[in-house]
Amino acid sequence: MTAQQGAKPRLDRAHVRHLLAQMVRIRRFEEKCAELYTQEKIRGFLHLYVGEEANAVGVMQALQPDDAIVATYREHGHALARGIGMGPVMAEMYGKQEGCSRGRGGSMHIFDAATRFYGGNAIVGGGLPLAVGLALADRMRGLPRVSACFFGEGAVAEGEFHESMNLAALWRLPVLFVCENNLYAMGTALELSESETDIHLKAQAYRMASEVVDGMDVVAVEAAARRAVAAIRAGNGPFFLECRTYRFRAHSMFDAQLYRSKDEIEAWKHRCPIERFTNWALGANELHPQDVATIESDVAAEVAAAVDFAEAGTWEPVEDLCRDVYTPRAAS
Amino acid sequence: MSSPAVTTTYREAVRAAIREAMQRDERVFLMGEDVGRYGGCYAVSKGLLDEFGPERIRDTPLSEAGFVGAGIGAAMGGMRPIVEVMTVNFSMLCLDQILNSAATIRHMSGGQFSIPVVIRMATGAGRQLAAQHSHSLENIYAHIPGIRVVAPATLADARGMLWTALEDPDPVMIFENVMLYNMSGELAADAGAVDIDRAAIRRPGRDVSLITYGGSLAKTLAAAEQLAGDGIEAEVIDLRTLRPLDDATIMESVGRTRRAVIVDEGWRTGSLAAEIGSRIVEQCFWSLDAPVGRVCSAEVPIPYPKHLEDAALPQVPSIVAAARAALGR
Ligand SMILES: Cc1ncc(C[n+]2csc(CCOP(=O)(O)OP(=O)(O)O)c2C)c(N)n1
Repeated sequence: MTAQQGAKPRLDRAHVRHLLAQMVRIRRFEEKCAELYTQEKIRGFLHLYVGEEANAVGVMQALQPDDAIVATYREHGHALARGIGMGPVMAEMYGKQEGCSRGRGGSMHIFDAATRFYGGNAIVGGGLPLAVGLALADRMRGLPRVSACFFGEGAVAEGEFHESMNLAALWRLPVLFVCENNLYAMGTALELSESETDIHLKAQAYRMASEVVDGMDVVAVEAAARRAVAAIRAGNGPFFLECRTYRFRAHSMFDAQLYRSKDEIEAWKHRCPIERFTNWALGANELHPQDVATIESDVAAEVAAAVDFAEAGTWEPVEDLCRDVYTPRAAS
Repeated sequence: MSSPAVTTTYREAVRAAIREAMQRDERVFLMGEDVGRYGGCYAVSKGLLDEFGPERIRDTPLSEAGFVGAGIGAAMGGMRPIVEVMTVNFSMLCLDQILNSAATIRHMSGGQFSIPVVIRMATGAGRQLAAQHSHSLENIYAHIPGIRVVAPATLADARGMLWTALEDPDPVMIFENVMLYNMSGELAADAGAVDIDRAAIRRPGRDVSLITYGGSLAKTLAAAEQLAGDGIEAEVIDLRTLRPLDDATIMESVGRTRRAVIVDEGWRTGSLAAEIGSRIVEQCFWSLDAPVGRVCSAEVPIPYPKHLEDAALPQVPSIVAAARAALGR
């Protein structure tokens, strides 16, 4: 992460390259994952973030290394943008013990204590109360940290969402709620799941500050996240950020996408956050075509190295099946 | 004369059961996450939206406590809802409605209100979906008086249990093991309702009773086949109904074979296998020639990697070994 403080992003060339590189890392990593899934190297459920990269990348710019993150099963992008090594993430997808969760979790359950990444939660809405609790602990311990919680608009229908919003607002806890509104919860369109489809308005019911941002625009997301985090750090309580975005690919690898039209998907692909940002930066002379080529080749090398790392990884012995159910105790 | 058999799958059998129920009784409707436009998370309800429309094939938001509770309310209000929860792990979000409302209202109201709701969900491991999508928690429900719990393990039961469950005046939960949806086989073209009271002997034998249900039935039958190769005749009982348990069938079998092994994909501690083992000891103690054996899931959240997931679950070799242990060979 580039070391930038304060509420406004400084779009110097280094930062522009950084933002682009982060989004490209996620995109190429996941394209590789899709390929590895067809080769059955990666199994189980695989939820890709393709199209939504600007959200994780933008928000992460506003967070400090000691802030906490709680994410969902669609969290590869958040994990990479947060700084978890691509090798350990890929090894996790393989189920190898060199994975960031020792291979026990797989794609949906990426955890990393070093970056305070509290998972990969695959119960929709399940992460929100945890973020509230992390923030409560910070408050009680007097630590000036922020807990950021990512979730889809589908989660907004769950009771855990509302209970968490109320708790955070009631106790004025330092939680950044980031709703990545990609318009569909699996096959259920927003207007079929919410009586009020303007999601950020829900924050008002809890007297929580909120903002809507174009989730296909990494700079806009970063700027909004910086404003939100600044408000939280100033002691104003939680903040709700709604990022309007779109997933370009199926919900998971099992989805025939009967619920939306190809035209709709194509229209959104024209707003690809990577293309948009690249074109803007090239036009504004903040980026040279050579920079783009360098980023692509660096990322290709990183992805290849991550695959090698995962391939070279080892299977945990079966005798260890029941480890990590309880914390090991010192022998008495 | 029985009607000709058709080749079908477990998934199609469940779908046919839903379709028939919708046709037979206009009070029946299906409600759950992605049952309509998406076609069901396991494609069970695919096509039903076109046939019956969005009023009766009702997509819900992600609100398990809300829509399961609404199903319970609609049942009290005169409808016959089939509520689908995607998978048993997610049903923990609506456990309150099932345990504290569906299972209690009849009793708390002094018998004034019945709740003829059917709640279906997938259960079980085997698809490398890790620790929030893979558990077999049906025993949590089988613990609760006031609800009936069934686990179809065959095409005929997948096809036939739903209608009987809908006719039942009380809440019925149907657990469909995820590994069964693709199972294909022959089913009578006119297959229809079946009882949801009795266990079934799926393979007769005289040496040991292997008692199981749901996703473990096929593994247990495979183990019995292997044992037969070594001259051990195992009887295989499919419980079919997990609550109330059909003690009569179990005890009659164990009384004959004098040995029992229970195969249950739930965790061992506090498992259905533990309940059945206790009942056998209570009712058949003097007939037993060996301790009651159990093959259950290891006491670990289901891990993602295939080799560990396999190791966590009952498998043919572990069932064979337990049966041999009961026979002392
Ligand atoms: C409590 C619960 N119910 C259902 C599911 C199944 N499920 C997984 S993802 C998903 C859709 C969630 O949509 P959204 O919150 O908008 O996030 P997105 O997948 O679009 O990123 C559903 C229904 C689940 N994982 N947890």
